[in-house]
Amino acid sequence: MDDLGQGFTSAASLIISLDSDLLSILNLSMRVSLSAVFISCVIGFPVGALLAYCKFPGQKSLIVILNSLMGLPPVVVGLIVYMLLSRSGPFGVFGLLYTPTAMIIAQTLLVTPIIAALTRQILEDLWHEYSDYLNSLEASKIDRMVTLLWDARFSLATVLLAGFGRAIAEVGAVMIVGGNIDHVTRVMTTAIALETSKGNLSLALGLGIVLLTTTLIVNALAHLIRTKYN
Amino acid sequence: MRTNNKILPLEVSRLNYEINGHKLIENLNFKLDTGQISVFLGPNGAGKSLTLKLCHGILKPSSGNIIWSSDLSEKSDETRQSHTMVFQKPILLRRSVRANIEHTLKVCKIPKNLRADILEKALAKTGLNKISNLPAKAISGGEQQKLAMARAWALSPKVLFLDEPTTNLDPSATISIENLIKEFHKAGTKIIMTTHDLRQAQRLSNEILFFHRGRLLEQTESDKFFANPKTKAARAFIKGELFW
Repeated sequence: MDDLGQGFTSAASLIISLDSDLLSILNLSMRVSLSAVFISCVIGFPVGALLAYCKFPGQKSLIVILNSLMGLPPVVVGLIVYMLLSRSGPFGVFGLLYTPTAMIIAQTLLVTPIIAALTRQILEDLWHEYSDYLNSLEASKIDRMVTLLWDARFSLATVLLAGFGRAIAEVGAVMIVGGNIDHVTRVMTTAIALETSKGNLSLALGLGIVLLTTTLIVNALAHLIRTKYN
Repeated sequence: MRTNNKILPLEVSRLNYEINGHKLIENLNFKLDTGQISVFLGPNGAGKSLTLKLCHGILKPSSGNIIWSSDLSEKSDETRQSHTMVFQKPILLRRSVRANIEHTLKVCKIPKNLRADILEKALAKTGLNKISNLPAKAISGGEQQKLAMARAWALSPKVLFLDEPTTNLDPSATISIENLIKEFHKAGTKIIMTTHDLRQAQRLSNEILFFHRGRLLEQTESDKFFANPKTKAARAFIKGELFW
């Protein structure tokens, strides 16, 4: 209980004093996760839309694979990205390992299947409703995609936030490819893991509370958007 | 809106449509020409809506031919889509009334400089001006069907397919929609519609195509059909005695 109490006190003091280390970690966490989610949306929304209304051989298998990829273990993704970006790997020449870019790549790989699979589910339902109308107008593939994505925008905002939740809370992949280097690749989750292993439980808990608050705000935002506009 | 119906007649021959071996449409043969409101009449499950969708092209036939008189890809300023369709349950986008019509114009590649004018005319024609900024999903059922008609009006089609457009509407909304149908007809648009409402068929139609169990049993002038139906099924339907 002492640790819990100290954790809350520590969190409050870190936030109130606008601790520069905390701000730096928070800033990097947001930058990495938001970038990963943005890239995932750019890829995942169109992929999800195409899978929702285009019929082609192997479509069902692709959907099953995509749904399975939603549960990708972060450490496995981290390991794969590590092998790809390490000096002996195919992309080693770019020197990306232990940089925020490597962390963005890892999180993008984790989040894109989630965005694409959930987008497909939402847009498939909408496609059942709109298909006769859009077929009647002989709408182009692009027009179909734009119509579905725009009309499902509020539901897709929730998908986006679900992806963000996964990214911001993820630790395994960013630890492996980022290396948890102070002021370079240290994000909230890796900092919590480090402080815990050092026995500095109150600081770890403080950071945990900040992380929880961030996720809570994100989820509240998602709920607000859904109830207001749906 | 004034259309010149060069795409008609529409000739349907040996048309079949089946799903998983079940024949839903069987050997249809008919020809539809300009100048008349043609009504597909028949009980539920007769194949009226399927035939309409097959003619419109949103369903592919299992076999048979649907032949229009001219190339449908030719479009003019007056006619922005050769044929369009209004569905029994209006399919409306999650946008405002105005944005729904704008979407139709945009998808049909209407030049930007013409869209505002067409939009205002379509709203005025259907009396939706005052509610044009409301979400389409929030307006009444009658107004939603008017919006579907407004979208069709905006395209000045040569042929308008209507799939039981007043089934879910109250009498006053039904009259509004029927008046709009007459306006389309006056403007030269060929009306091809389905209904199982005998009174509506009598009010609107010049020509009846009577369907039963996926087959076309009669194609005749409306007056003759109601005065003296040729088939036993049609006679039973008019008397309200035809059951599936």
